[in-house]
Amino acid sequence: MPDTQPNVVELSYAQAVNAALRRALAQLPDTILYGEDVGEAGGIFGVTKNLKAEFGDRVFDTPISETAMLGAAVGAAMTGLRPIVEIMWIDFSLVAMDQIVKQAANVRYVSAGRLRAPLMIRTQQGALPGSCAQHSQCLEGFFTHVPGLRVGLPATVQDAYSMTLSAVQCDDPTLIIESRGLYHGAKQHIDIDGPVAPIGGAEILRAGHDVTILSWSAMLFQALAAAEQLHEQGISAEVINARWLNPFDWNTLMASVGKTGRLLIAHEAVHTGGFGAEVAARVSHALFGQLLAPVARVATTDSRIPAAPQLQAALIPDAARIAQQAAQLVSR
Amino acid sequence: MNPERAAPERNVLLRHLEAMIRIRRFEEKVMELRKQQIIVGSIHLGIGQEALYVGAHAALSPEDRVFATYRGHGWALACGAPPAALMAELLGRETGVCKGRGGSAHFSAPDWGFYGENSIVGAGAAVALGAALSAKREGKGRVVLTAFGEGAMNQGAVHEAMNFAAYQDLPLIFVCENNTYSELTPTRRMVRNDQMYQRAAAYGMPGVRVDGNDPEAMCRTTASFVAAARRGEGPALVEAMTQRLVGHYYGDMQSYRPKGELAEARKAEPIVRARQALRQLGVSAAELDALETRVNDDIEAATREALEAPLADPQQAAEHLYA
Repeated sequence: MPDTQPNVVELSYAQAVNAALRRALAQLPDTILYGEDVGEAGGIFGVTKNLKAEFGDRVFDTPISETAMLGAAVGAAMTGLRPIVEIMWIDFSLVAMDQIVKQAANVRYVSAGRLRAPLMIRTQQGALPGSCAQHSQCLEGFFTHVPGLRVGLPATVQDAYSMTLSAVQCDDPTLIIESRGLYHGAKQHIDIDGPVAPIGGAEILRAGHDVTILSWSAMLFQALAAAEQLHEQGISAEVINARWLNPFDWNTLMASVGKTGRLLIAHEAVHTGGFGAEVAARVSHALFGQLLAPVARVATTDSRIPAAPQLQAALIPDAARIAQQAAQLVSR
Repeated sequence: MNPERAAPERNVLLRHLEAMIRIRRFEEKVMELRKQQIIVGSIHLGIGQEALYVGAHAALSPEDRVFATYRGHGWALACGAPPAALMAELLGRETGVCKGRGGSAHFSAPDWGFYGENSIVGAGAAVALGAALSAKREGKGRVVLTAFGEGAMNQGAVHEAMNFAAYQDLPLIFVCENNTYSELTPTRRMVRNDQMYQRAAAYGMPGVRVDGNDPEAMCRTTASFVAAARRGEGPALVEAMTQRLVGHYYGDMQSYRPKGELAEARKAEPIVRARQALRQLGVSAAELDALETRVNDDIEAATREALEAPLADPQQAAEHLYA
C-alpha cells in the first residue's frame, strides 16, 4: 500500500476503522468489503458509513448467511481478491466456524503455499449493560487456538486505524476483533496516511517497575485505570497493550516481566482456556527463576453472561479487581 | 448411422473414454496401493462416476476453475493435473501437488484450474462462491464449477451458497453428483423429495437432472449453463445421476446396498457404456483394448515415478503455515 506523510486527525474508534477501510479500498484495487447491512445502511454501528457511496459495487450487502460470506471470502482470496468481511457480532462467527477454521486457515498449508487466503474478518465483541448471552461473549481464545489464523484486538483509536490496515495488507487470513464498547468513545488525535506496519507488536502504554499488567481490547482501559489506583498506593505498574495475540509479541512481554518480576494478565474473556492461560504458562516456564510472585490472571468468572448490568458487574473484572490482584502480587 | 455424423461423435467419445479410463486406472491403482498399506489413511474413490467428471469438465475452458470434494481424484485428473504428481501426493512425497500436506482428501492443483478438494461435506460450494465473485469482478467470462454429492444438498453451506450465487448472478455451476447415497445411507430416506434439481427453482436458477454416466449428456447440459454464466446470467444446478461401484471410503463393505443393485450398476457404468457405443460407431475391440493398454501403461509409469520420488521432508512439516 503506498505510504504518504502522516496526517493528524481527530476521530472516534469507529471513525478510525472507517478511515482505514476507506484508505484500503482507495489504495488497494483488489479489496472488496461486504457483510450484513454494511453497504446501504453503513453497518449497524456505523463503521462502514458512506463506503458504499464512495466505492460502489466493491462494497455490498449480503444475505444473513455467515457461511456463504466467509466461504466467499476464502474463495475470493484464493483467486486474487483481498476481501474484507464484517461479521456483525463475534457470536455469529460460530455459525461459520468451519469456513474460518477448516477452510481459511488451511488454504496455504494444505496447498504447500501454492494457494493463499489474504482475507480479513472484522468483528466485534464484549459485554455491555443489557447485552444478552448470545451477543456478549469474548471468544478470542477460540481463534488463537487455530494455527494459520492471525488475531488482533485493537484497543486504542490509533490501533483501530493502524491494525485494520495491517490486517488488510496481511497475506494470511486475519481476524480483527473490535470492541463495540469503544466504538463511540472520546475522539482522539491519531496519525493517518502514514506507513502501514506489518501485523504484530505489543505496546507499553505505561512504564513501571513493580508489576507488569498485560491486557487487550476494552479491558486495557480498566488495566490503565488500575495502574493509576496502584500509583496512588505507591505501586508502579507497567501496562502492556498486547494488540496482537497471533503473532504475539513475546519479546516485549518477557523483557517487561524480566524487569518487574511479576505478571498479571487481565482479559474480559472467561478464565478457563483464555489466552491468558497460554501467556501464564509460557512466562512461568521461561522466567521461572526470575519471578518474584506466581503469574496471576484476572478474567471473567467461568459463567454464561447475564443481561442485567449488576449481574454482569459481578462477573466481569474492573479496575478495582485488577488493582487488588496486582497489589497482592507486589505484597508477596 | 450417417458416417459423416459418426466421425466427430466417435472422436469425442474416444477422447472421453480415454479420460474416463485414466481416472479409473488411477483409482484402481490407488486402491491397490491402499490395500498394500503403501498409501495409508482415508481414501474415497469415484469408480463408476467418471463420466460426470469428464463430461462436465469438457464444457469448461482452461481459465475456468473447479472446486470438488474429498471424492475428487477424478475431477483433478479431468482438469489435466498430472497423475504422477497426484499419486505422489497420496504417497506423501515431496513431488506431490501439495507436498504431502493435502493427501487424498484435500489436494489442489491450481495450475490446472483445480482449486481443491474439501473434506467437509458442502463446504466447497461456499468457497467456490468466492472464486465466482472474483470471476465476476474480473469480467473476462471466467466460470467456476463446484461439485458435491447429493448428501451435501442437505448442508446449510450449499443452501447459503446457492442463494448467494443467485442473488449476485455469479458465474457458478453447481454439479450435484447424485450417487443416491449420503455416505452409507440412501438419500431417498433422508428427504421427502429426492429430485434434487427441483430445488434450483427455489433460488431462481435453472436446474436439470442429467444421466451422469453419459459424458456427452453431461457436457451438453453443462456447456449450455456455462455459456449462460459467461453471458452474466448467473448460476445453475446440474444433477448428475450416477452410481459409485465402490464403497463410500476404502474399506466400506457396502452391506447397506440391496442385492443386485451393484450388478445392475455395473451394466450401466460409463466405461462399459462408452465402449459399447464406440463399437456401434465402428471402432474395433482391438482399438479399444489398445487404448486401455496405453492408458494403463501411463498410470503404471506415473505410479513408478511417484514411488521413486523422495518422501516429503519431516523437518519442514510445520512450513507453509504463514506468508
